[in-house]
Amino acid sequence: MTDTTRSTQSAFAALTRLISLPGGARLGGGPIIAALILLVIVVASLAAPLYVPYDPLEMKALSRLQGPSEAHPLGTDPFGRDIFSRVMTGGQVSLLIGVGAAVVSVALGLIIGLVAGFFRMADAIIMRIMDSLMAIPAILLAIALVALNGPSLGSVIIAITIPEVPRVVRLVRSVVLSAREEPYVEAAIALGSPMPKILFQHLMPNTFAPLIVQGTYICASAILIEALLSFLGAGVSTEIPTWGNIMAEGRLYFQIKPGLIFWPGLLLSLCILSINLLGDAARDVLDPRMKKREG
Amino acid sequence: MQFKSKDFSEAERVLKIRKLKVGLTGRPDAAPVLNEIDLDIRAGETHCLVGESGSGKSVTSLAVMGLLPKDALEVQGGLIDLEGFDITAATHAQMRELRAQRIAMIFQEPMTALNPVLRVGEQIEEVLAMHTDLSGSEAKARVLDIMDQVHLPDVERIYRAFPHQLSGGQRQRIMIAMALVLDPDLLIADEPTTALDVTTQLQILKLIAEMQERHGTAVLFITHDMGVVAEIADTVSVMQKGRIVERAPIRQLLTDPKEAYTRKLLTAVPSLGPRMRRDGDGAKPVLEVAGLDMTYGGTGIFRKSKAVHAVQDAHFSIAPGRTLGIVGESGSGKSTVARCIMRLIDPTGGEITVSGKEISTLGRRALQPHRKSLQIVFQDPYRSLNPRWTVARSLCEGPINFGVSKAEAMKTAAELMELVELPRDALDRYPHQFSGGQRQRIAIARAVAMKPDLLVADEAVSALDVSVQAQVLDLLADVQKRFGVALLFITHDLRVAAQICDEVLVMQKGKVVEAGPADEVLLHPGHDYTRSLIEAAPGREWDFANFRALTGAPLTQGATP
Repeated sequence: MTDTTRSTQSAFAALTRLISLPGGARLGGGPIIAALILLVIVVASLAAPLYVPYDPLEMKALSRLQGPSEAHPLGTDPFGRDIFSRVMTGGQVSLLIGVGAAVVSVALGLIIGLVAGFFRMADAIIMRIMDSLMAIPAILLAIALVALNGPSLGSVIIAITIPEVPRVVRLVRSVVLSAREEPYVEAAIALGSPMPKILFQHLMPNTFAPLIVQGTYICASAILIEALLSFLGAGVSTEIPTWGNIMAEGRLYFQIKPGLIFWPGLLLSLCILSINLLGDAARDVLDPRMKKREG
Repeated sequence: MQFKSKDFSEAERVLKIRKLKVGLTGRPDAAPVLNEIDLDIRAGETHCLVGESGSGKSVTSLAVMGLLPKDALEVQGGLIDLEGFDITAATHAQMRELRAQRIAMIFQEPMTALNPVLRVGEQIEEVLAMHTDLSGSEAKARVLDIMDQVHLPDVERIYRAFPHQLSGGQRQRIMIAMALVLDPDLLIADEPTTALDVTTQLQILKLIAEMQERHGTAVLFITHDMGVVAEIADTVSVMQKGRIVERAPIRQLLTDPKEAYTRKLLTAVPSLGPRMRRDGDGAKPVLEVAGLDMTYGGTGIFRKSKAVHAVQDAHFSIAPGRTLGIVGESGSGKSTVARCIMRLIDPTGGEITVSGKEISTLGRRALQPHRKSLQIVFQDPYRSLNPRWTVARSLCEGPINFGVSKAEAMKTAAELMELVELPRDALDRYPHQFSGGQRQRIAIARAVAMKPDLLVADEAVSALDVSVQAQVLDLLADVQKRFGVALLFITHDLRVAAQICDEVLVMQKGKVVEAGPADEVLLHPGHDYTRSLIEAAPGREWDFANFRALTGAPLTQGATP
């Protein structure tokens, strides 16, 4: 019907791709720097036990609230623990929560969203449940879970995941709803393809690109929510250092020793900024292709 | 057939293009998109630019409008002269003044060219507000006047309407009104009727001619449809791969084309004369449809929605090796019939009998074995293949569903590639590496791989250029001859229907208004609607492939009962 517009459009799209591809100049410096920063933070956090000078939990009454020195590069906290060791180790749990929440909510959201998008009968019921889940504030839920189960990594991840899942479900459902109208899906039905084959081989791959983008945003927001929960005292127990609870503990001594909040805060901000920049870059790279397919 | 034959050599030259070269931005060495084209249009003249998709027609119009997408295309040489003003050297501000005042453009898809959240009258008035000093009431009077000129009914009401409240034809009239309200010297029409039904197309073409007469506008008309060209052109330029290969007055071009490419384009235009009658061998029909009904809506938990009768009481049958065409305009329900037969949707009533088995009410599981005997080819070759799958995987999908081994399916796939005249190594490639016509061949191969009894082609050639269209039609005929498959061919294009159908069914608003052997329906239409469809077909009196008028003018016989 609109074949000429489409062919002109795709001609232009092809042209712009021809121009932008050599050298990959389209990607720009931002995402590359972001990727490098994130890589450094991740490697430094994971390898922290290998190089940090002290046990992050070891208290020393004699060396409380010291300034930066050769022994303690970033100084010590009110319990005499080495801030550098704590911040670098704390990254492990913060990143784990971010990645864990992203993986769990994307996986759950993908399965539920596929079902909701494909089976009309299930759709109305599932979506109403998702709507009600979306109404639960993450922070109140976390406080309730911590009150019930005590502070633990699991409670925090669950508390962050539950309100995120409906968002992923909605995304996946909308992609499935539009993809199932595609002629190639109808052709597959006409070819007698069984339902699981249509669902997993034809429809599911359409959701991967938007899910990668959504996943990065969930990861960043989970790290932030963890910090917030710790700050409110509803996060991971203080025996496990995270960027969030290091800052939470530091707030009383903030005026004497800004480093207590500054260093974990800096890493947290850099980390979230990098993840978001990468998410934006992923969206820019993945979206035009989706647009082209829509015609 | 009456061609336009006015001589314009005395008229003032409105647009002069000389050695215009457009290429990829920043890459003057790459192959140019437009290669040194020359063009002249004089006041009152309609100049048609024809060519297949990708030939550079639209790029030419964008270059004249100064609307080339900057990061992709740029003018790399030559001259575009609008009454002494060089467009290639114009600044943004100058171009803005020029557009609407002296050049205007109408597009293929009026729905996307209009702003959906503004009333159409306000949108026309905006043009006046930007380019004139008229007071509010004067501007409104002028808008109502131009809306009246484009024959919109009840202009006061339509002035206040939003685009979605108007029909496609009315929207295109609004676009024309908007383009002509400032009385420009040059109107560029880029496939303005391609998205419209034939009867609406005829009205819009008449309107453009009338407005041109009244305002003395020069028109650059871009189209791929030779029928439209024959109706409206004074002069024609044929484009191929960024070059103008031939330019001539319309009669000369259609009767005595000089270039091989022009001949190729013209011979590919299917004739409206129906094919030779093939007598059926009286075999038992593979498909029988009785009293098919498809009604949307009409139910609802909280309130009854308005029921839409997409198909009402359709009866027909197809025998092996025969072709039944369903023709009709958009919204006539022809595609709904196809989707019901394929059981992509569930009909609300009637019987569909395939090889003696009633399938209209079968559940998903019970239907599965019958899927094999029914296959479909869709309109849009860009969406009918999974973009992430190799051709081989697409071709093997069906047979594997019915228990054929992978190796066996691959062997069949390789043979099918030969049938559809694609290289064997195409099997390992992805759909985006093929052209539209090639993809449609792959889609046909995928359907044929199932060895179906009935092949449904839902507008299967409508998105293709005429020369490719002819090849795909040949392929379908070949498939039919070889496998004796019955073909249900759904199309809005009477020319295509005339080429390949044994029987024709004409649908209007969900109802079958006429059915019968193709030659009878097309030569002696019994129903007014069929007659209006045939009369609206542009260039219907001309036999393009033989460069002469259709002998005996068979189509006018039917018009006088």
